[in-house]
Order: sequence, then structure tokens, then C-alpha cells
Amino acid sequence: MIPERLVNWVALLGLLAVPLWAVVVDEPFTITLVTRAVILAIAAVGLNIALGIGGLVSLGHAVFFGIGGYAMGILAYHAQTFTSLNLIGLVIPGTKSMPVIWLVAIVISALAAWIIGLLSLRTSGVYFIMITLAFGQMFFYFAISWSAYGGEDGLSIYVRNGFPGLNTLVPIQFFGLCLVLLCVVLFLNARLQNAPFGLALNAARQVPTRVETVGLNPVRLKLVAFVISGAITGLAGALFADLNRFVSPTMFSWQLSGELIVLIIIGGVGRLYGPVIGACLFVALEHWLGGLTEFWHVYLGLILLAIVLFARGGIIGLLTGKEGAHV
Amino acid sequence: MSDAILQTRNLKKRFGALAATDDVSIDLRAGEIHAIIGPNGAGKSTLIAQICGGLAPDSGTVHLMGRDVTQDSTADRARAGLARTFQISALAMEDTVLENVVLGALGASGRPWQFWTRALSDRSLTAIAEAALERVGLIDQRHMRCAALSHGQRRQLEVAVALTLSPKAFVMDEPMAGLGAEGSHQMTALLDQLRAEAPILLVEHDMDAVFALADRISVLVYGKVIASGSVDEIRSSSTVRVAYLGEEA
Repeated sequence: MIPERLVNWVALLGLLAVPLWAVVVDEPFTITLVTRAVILAIAAVGLNIALGIGGLVSLGHAVFFGIGGYAMGILAYHAQTFTSLNLIGLVIPGTKSMPVIWLVAIVISALAAWIIGLLSLRTSGVYFIMITLAFGQMFFYFAISWSAYGGEDGLSIYVRNGFPGLNTLVPIQFFGLCLVLLCVVLFLNARLQNAPFGLALNAARQVPTRVETVGLNPVRLKLVAFVISGAITGLAGALFADLNRFVSPTMFSWQLSGELIVLIIIGGVGRLYGPVIGACLFVALEHWLGGLTEFWHVYLGLILLAIVLFARGGIIGLLTGKEGAHV
Repeated sequence: MSDAILQTRNLKKRFGALAATDDVSIDLRAGEIHAIIGPNGAGKSTLIAQICGGLAPDSGTVHLMGRDVTQDSTADRARAGLARTFQISALAMEDTVLENVVLGALGASGRPWQFWTRALSDRSLTAIAEAALERVGLIDQRHMRCAALSHGQRRQLEVAVALTLSPKAFVMDEPMAGLGAEGSHQMTALLDQLRAEAPILLVEHDMDAVFALADRISVLVYGKVIASGSVDEIRSSSTVRVAYLGEEA
């Protein structure tokens, strides 16, 4: 069978080669499509830390995706309308700078993940899924009623935010930026997974009682994983909003949370590159099948069914011949 | 009494009308193996859960090294030096043998919040882990997945994880469970050496092992300690024979 490392490299090189080819043949839409896959992959890498290593099936990760999106939307909206944001007496100017927006997105998502995690981690299993789902719905309906920032219609941002030294309006440049961030996030994930924290978290998923009896607190380990996970997904949300130059309550929708889980399962739960391969396949199917039929989700469902029944390790498990032990 | 490493005083726990633990006062002294025996349903597991945390007694106290730990969590008690092994192996089956013991060393170090260094490259962790594997004779299997181990090897690994905590006291819940004659024999030899390191509170069904190892035996029946004494005293006690060993007095 194929070594996992090789599969990973091929995936990464493919992500690089397709847009470059698209530049040569002048197909900017393909670049946008691949950028979308890269951003979804970042979001799913975030979720995979909670889900794959920590065993936390969060059906509310769209909360962080949406927070990232609205962090971008609100800051850029104030910048483009030359107004400032009044927050309990604090006057915050808008900004069109990506690094600043990313930082805000990461910090606020991490904070939200901490609060949601603190409450949700009192439960486990189905109850955990339901509570995270409930939080997701809360944010969704809040965004719909938040008329100051577009309510149901969402917010349009006319010009993509800037990054020092780059022209982010050029698709390939924005793509490059997202790909670098994906690599950074993957690298962080890889380090974390092999670090003492990852080892303990991995054990906390499998045998929480054992983790307790060696003097560690499994809930605290999972909470920290949830915060890191939420922060990464939040960053992806900010990028996603910048890709579309638009944010709307759908970024908070539970369907999006579900899609993130689905693409991790397709790629391989707990595998470093599972989210990457899952996201690429998901976007490709969405594009090709979506072009053929309005009901492409049916086929996606069939593929998902086949993977859950016959390839528990996802695509990566199938290629490397190593069955994923968890889910 | 002051030399007791681990001590329970008047522990009581009721589940409805059932007194699962009825005024249990036992102690574990340095260098000894204190066996707790009793028929099924005598309340041995309930007692262990109260000693190790996880189940709060209705009344009574648990002292470790003279300190009251009754209100402490399982994790706090582990950090204070209480090492527990499980009747049904509680191991991370997907992980390697080495990873399972490194987890123990990591818990003992109290530093799980490291996100960057490689756990398996950290000599301060792996040295402790490998020493523990050496002790129980699993060093050659260290790169095997835990799921691939035999039942007997898993029992040994349980003990190895406990060893990494450099414990003040062991609480072992049926370490011989499911072992064949050979495995039982090896485990008996291992526990025999361990008592010098830290005393062992041993809950066990295997009477040969108990009689071979124990310095003292307490007999638990219906949540109550009905007899406590040396191996010979327990063997010759008529109360114990009737209640537990199933012989006519």
C-alpha cells in the first residue's frame, strides 16, 4: 500500500499544481475553487484536533467559522464606511488589514470556544453533540436578527482586505496566502499531536479513567483542545469571508458544521491530511456533481455511506491500507 | 497507626437499602501487601472507588501519607502518590506500549501543557517509562500496539503504568484476573518485589496468590470487615470459613 507520507505530499503538491496550471490557461474560477477547498481544509484541520484527537464530536463548529467571518465583516464594514465600532465605551476603528483581522478572529473564536467548551464538556456523547448544536443555532439566529450588520441579508465587503506586500485581489496571490496558512496550521497540528499534550489528549479520548489515574484532568485537556480547535476554525472563517467578500448568517448554519464533519470523515478522522483530502474531494464533488444535478447531496450521501461502511479510515485509510481505529 | 501510608477510617457508603461499605477502617503500612478478599458483591470495588476517588463516601475519611484526601479528585490522589491498576485493563489500545507508559510518566511530571516538543523524544519521560517496562518485562514489546498484546501482557502493562508514578502506595484491583497458571506465577513474583517500593492494597480472587503474597488479609462480607489478620489467622478463623471459604465450621 502507499505510505501515508506520500499521500500527504501528493495532496499538497496537487493543491499547488492545479492553481498554477489555472494561471497558465487563465482559468481564475478554478483558482477560486481551490482556494475555497484550502480554506475549508483549514477549518476542518481545526475541527479535526477536537474531533480526531480529542474525540469531541462538535456539531457547532460553524460558530467559530461564523465568528471569524463576522470579525472580518464588521471590521472591514467600518473601514469601508469610515465609521468606528463602539463597544461599551470603547471606540474601535475598522480595518482592512488581514493580519489584524485574523488576530481578532482567532482571539474571539478562542474565547467563544472556551466558554462553549466549559459548558458543553460537562456532558459527553450525544448530549455534547446536542449542546454544541444548540450553541450553533443560538449564534445563527442572533446573526439573522443583528440588523446593524445586515441581518439575514449579510454584509458585503467591496474590496478584499489587504496583506502587506501582496495584491490580494489577484486570485493566485490570495490563494498562496491561504495555502501558506494551511501549511502553518498543519505543521502546528503535527507538532501538537506528537507533543505531550497530544499524547495525553489522545489517551483522554480512548480511556479517560486512565488519564485521571495518572494524575491528569481529561476534561481540561479536552477544553484546551476545543479552544485551539475553535481558534483555527475562526481563522478559516475570516479567510472564507474574504474569499467571497461577503458574510451572512449561513456561515453559522448547522449544515456547515455538518459539512466540516463529513469532509473529515471522507478524508480520514484523526489523520493529519484527512481534512485536506476531504475538503478537496468535497469541493470537487460540489462543483462537478452540483453542475450536473441539483440533488448532488444524494451522491455525496452515497459516497459517505460507502466510506463509513467499507473504509473506516476514510480515503487516506483506503490508500494507505491502515484502517482508522477510531470514530 | 502513624506509620500507615494509606488509611480509611469508618468509611460508609449506602446505595438505597444496601450498605455497600459498612464502617470500613483498614490501613496499609510501609513494606506490606494487605489483601482484601471477599465473595462477589462484598463491596470490594465500591471500597476501591472510594479509596482512589470517583465515588464519595457518605461518611468516613481516607488518609494518604497522613493527609486527608477524602475530598480530593482521582487525579489529585494520583499526584499525591496513589497508583491504581484496574480489574479490566484501562489502556489506550490504539497507542503503543511505550506511549501508554509515557502517559504515566507525563502524569507524574505534571507537565502535559507542552505543545511543541516530541513526547517520545523527551528523555525525562522515556527513561522513566522504559525503566518501568524493564521492571515488568515488556521492554521488547515497547513499540507494539497495545491492542496486539496478550491478555497477560496487558496486565503487566497496567502495573508498569502504575510504576511510572513512583507511587507511595499501590491499589491493585485483581491483577491476576484472567491469567493462567504461568502468568499468575509471574505476576506473583513481580508483586512480591514491588512491596519494597511501595505497599500494595491488593484486591484479589486468586487465593493461592493471596496466601503467597499477603502480609495481612482483611475479609470483606456485605460491606463489612469481618476479620483481619495474618494469613494463618485468616486461614484458621472459623468465621471466615463459614462466610467466605464456604466450609462448614
